Amino acid sequence: MNELLISLILILVKLGLIFGVVLTMAAYLVLAERKILGRMQMRYGPNRIGPGGMIQPLCDVIKLITKEDFVPARADKWIFLFAPGLTALTALLSFAVVPFSPPMTLFGREIPMVVCDLSIGLLYLFGLSSLAVYGVVLGGWASNSKYSLLGAMRGLAQMLSYELSLGLALVPVVMTAKSFSLTEIVMAQSTWPNMLQHPLAFIIFMISITAESKRTPFDMPEAENEIVAGFHTEYSGMRFGLFFVGEYINLIVIGAMTTVFFLGGWNGPFLPPVVWFVGKILFVAFLFIWARGSMPRPRYDQLLRFGWKVLIPLALLNVVITGAIRLAMNG
Amino acid sequence: MNLWRDIKGTLQPFWITLGYLFKKPVTIQYPEEKRTPPPRYRARIVLTRNPDGTERCVACQLCSAACPVDCISMQAAEDGDGRRYAGWFRINFARCIFCGLCAEACPTMAIQTTPDYEICNRDLLKLVQEKEDLLIDGCGKDMEYNYYEHAGIGVANERGGNEDEYGPVDPKALVP
Repeated sequence: MNELLISLILILVKLGLIFGVVLTMAAYLVLAERKILGRMQMRYGPNRIGPGGMIQPLCDVIKLITKEDFVPARADKWIFLFAPGLTALTALLSFAVVPFSPPMTLFGREIPMVVCDLSIGLLYLFGLSSLAVYGVVLGGWASNSKYSLLGAMRGLAQMLSYELSLGLALVPVVMTAKSFSLTEIVMAQSTWPNMLQHPLAFIIFMISITAESKRTPFDMPEAENEIVAGFHTEYSGMRFGLFFVGEYINLIVIGAMTTVFFLGGWNGPFLPPVVWFVGKILFVAFLFIWARGSMPRPRYDQLLRFGWKVLIPLALLNVVITGAIRLAMNG
Repeated sequence: MNLWRDIKGTLQPFWITLGYLFKKPVTIQYPEEKRTPPPRYRARIVLTRNPDGTERCVACQLCSAACPVDCISMQAAEDGDGRRYAGWFRINFARCIFCGLCAEACPTMAIQTTPDYEICNRDLLKLVQEKEDLLIDGCGKDMEYNYYEHAGIGVANERGGNEDEYGPVDPKALVP
C-alpha cells in the first residue's frame, strides 16, 4: 500500500513538473520564434513588454482569455468547442513516454525519469500523432466555413500520407535498439547517435515530421495566403489559443522525438543529462524556426507527390538496406 | 538531373537567413530613437512672419480654397492703412491630411509646413489650433522674403514703386 502511494506521488510530481516545464517552454517558444524570425527579417520582434519582451507570452495569454469566444452560426457547436482541446491534449499526452534523463536513484529507490516507460512507447507516440489529425479535421469541418474545410482536408491528406514515411524512417531505429521503448532506444545510442548511423532515415524523418506537424514549409492546412488560416479560421480567443499552444507543444514534442530517436537523447559529455536533453530539444526547435524563416511553401500537389513518390520509396529502400547490413554484420 | 541544383536551392536560403540573424535590424525604435525628417517634410503647419517681424498672412483665403479637406478657416481684417491680416485663423489638424497644397497656394509664404510630426492627441478638439498656436516668431524656410517688397497695392510703397515691379500701364497710350 505504502509502495503504491509513493509511486503515485512520484508520478504526480513528474507529471506536474513536465506539465509546467512544457507549457512554459511552449509559451516562450512562441516568443523565441517571433524574435528569431524578426532578426532573420532584420527587425527586432516583440521587445516592448518587460526586458527584451520577456513578459509578452503572459500578455498574449491574458489577451486570448479575455477575448470573445465566438461560435459561428450553423457551426456544429459541440465538435467546434471540443476540437481545439483535442489538439492540445494529444500534444501534451505525447510527453508521457518521453524519457528526459537516465533513471535516478533517490533514497535507495530507482526512479525512472519518465512518466510511464511503455514498452511500446514509439507506437503510442504514433497513435497520438494520428489522433492529432482529429483536432484539425473536426475543427475545420465543424466551423461551417469553406476555408476551414479546405484546410482540414489538406491537413488530413498531408498528415496521413506523411505518417507512413515517418513510421518507415523509424524502422531502422527500432532495428538498432531492438525495442519500441523510448528509454531502450536512447540507451542504444550511448556511443553513437542514430543520426550518424542512419543519416538517410534522419533526413526522411525530419522532412516527414515537418509535414506531420504542419510547420512551414509544409503548412498547407493553415496557409495564410490562400485559405486565411485554414482549419482555425473561425476560432477566436482561447480556443484559437489552444490550437496555437498545441502547435508549439507539438514543436517541443517533435524536438523530444528527434532527440530521442536520432540525436542520442540525454547522452552527451560533461553536462548533466537533463541539460543535454533540453538543449537538444531547443536546438531542434531552432531548426524548425530557422526553416520557417527560410523556406517558401510548396504547392499542395507537390507536397503529396513528394511524400508518396519520393519519401516513402526512399524510406522503404532504407529499411531494406539497413536490414541487409545488420543481417550481414551479425550473421 | 536537377537533383544537385534542387538540394543546393533548398539549403541556400538557410545560409542567407543565418547571415541575417546576426545583422543589426534596420528598425527605428520610435519613442527612444527618432528619425530626423528631411527639411521639406510636411507635418505641422505654421504661420510665419516677415523679416521685420510683421505677420505675413494677408487673409487672401487661397490656402483655405486650396485645402482639399477644408481644414483651414479664417476671417480677414484690415488695419488702419489698408493692410489686410487674418482676424482669426484656424487649422483643424484632426482633419488636415498634410498635403501641403496650402503652402503651395500661399502668395506671401505665410503658411508653411514643418518637419515637426509629433502632434497627435487623444482629444480631437486639442488638435484645432488657433492663430496664436500657429504663429511663430520666425520666417520659416525663406529668411528674406517679404511680399510687400515685391508686390502689393500701394501699402508699403506707391503703386509700381516696389522692387521688381512695373508701374501701372496707361490704357490710353498708343505704345504699350
